[in-house]
Amino acid sequence: MVEMDKLEPVRAFIVENFLFGRSGELSDGQSFLESGIIDSTGILELVTFLEKTYSIQVGEEELIPENLDSISNISRYLRSKTSSTSGV
Amino acid sequence: MTSGAEVLRIDPAAETDRIVASIRHLVFNDLRRRGAVIGVSGGIDSSVVAFLCARALGNDRIQILFTPEAESSPDSLRLGRMVADSLAARWAVEDISQILAGARCYERRDAAIRLVVPEYGKGYKSKIVLPGVQDPSRYSIFSVVVQSPDGQSKKVRLSPEAYLGIVAATNFKQRARKMIEYHHADLLQYAVAGTPNRLEYELGFFVKNGDGAADFKPIAHLYKSQVFQLAAYLGVPQEIQERRPTTDTYTLEQSQEEFYFKVPLEQMDLCLFGKNNGMSAVELAGVANMKVEQVEQTFKMIDSHRKVAHYLLASPKMVE
Repeated sequence: MVEMDKLEPVRAFIVENFLFGRSGELSDGQSFLESGIIDSTGILELVTFLEKTYSIQVGEEELIPENLDSISNISRYLRSKTSSTSGV
Repeated sequence: MTSGAEVLRIDPAAETDRIVASIRHLVFNDLRRRGAVIGVSGGIDSSVVAFLCARALGNDRIQILFTPEAESSPDSLRLGRMVADSLAARWAVEDISQILAGARCYERRDAAIRLVVPEYGKGYKSKIVLPGVQDPSRYSIFSVVVQSPDGQSKKVRLSPEAYLGIVAATNFKQRARKMIEYHHADLLQYAVAGTPNRLEYELGFFVKNGDGAADFKPIAHLYKSQVFQLAAYLGVPQEIQERRPTTDTYTLEQSQEEFYFKVPLEQMDLCLFGKNNGMSAVELAGVANMKVEQVEQTFKMIDSHRKVAHYLLASPKMVE
């Protein structure tokens, strides 16, 4: 898993754009889909944010909840995408 | 085992009588209007609504409108005319191209596409599509398919700005149509009929204050396959009954599955029916001839679409 403090930009992005500043409503294991936090347009914004922030390309086949549906899932996914030397 | 066709089967004669009585009451008694305006697209839903309104109110108390624009399929007008001629009803053509050009609909849409396809321009055609049609487990992230004037096609994933820009621009089309329908409704003191079916209404497959706006919606309670059953009973022209639903919104032909539903409409119908009637995924998989996992994913997709529909269906909120 990517260290949770390295995911702070993701957490901040989600709180700012989808929870309108209410950080207490987001936990790491919480499913975005099931809790209705992020819809399909929101996933597009999240993917664009991840690509820009972490310098990765999210492939079509990677656009699945297992990779993107919670802070925890994103952490695992980013770990698989980025090298250990990047420190992410 | 019960088949999909059996679970959605209705008695078309009885259902027609019920809807017709309801239309008469809604239009004459409740809304106190003298007839109905129906925007007919040449598709099955608006055709069925036109037939139902003619039966309920009389063919002299309906006004059929065709609202083509520069990018409409010519089939839409041709098929719509078949409906009007079948019903011997009044019809009018109101081309909305100039309204759309004035609102810079086409210009805004093309500028949005150029955010991801810089060469997009004159002579190009396009549509937006979801990945993994028939794969509801994948996120619904849109790409644009563009076709150059020499016939070359490519698919590019949309950025959020591009996606929102394209949708916001193309939504002008449905809103302009509704503006014209209400103009005629004002002239004639008629009510405007909405034409969404249950899939579209419940899952938010409409434009807010565009095709989502109406004074009454006579088939919003019917699953798509039930609309087809009524069409056959009412005598809607055969070619319309057999036509595959399209959106007729983009310059490349786009199916409703590509744009919104992701699984074939027949299966989407059954999954929505199953969810609304408390069927388990295992039960429904047998009926719909789908894998259990596919049904489960489609159930999740329905939940997701319903969340979108919440905003689209919401009435104006008042400060108490």
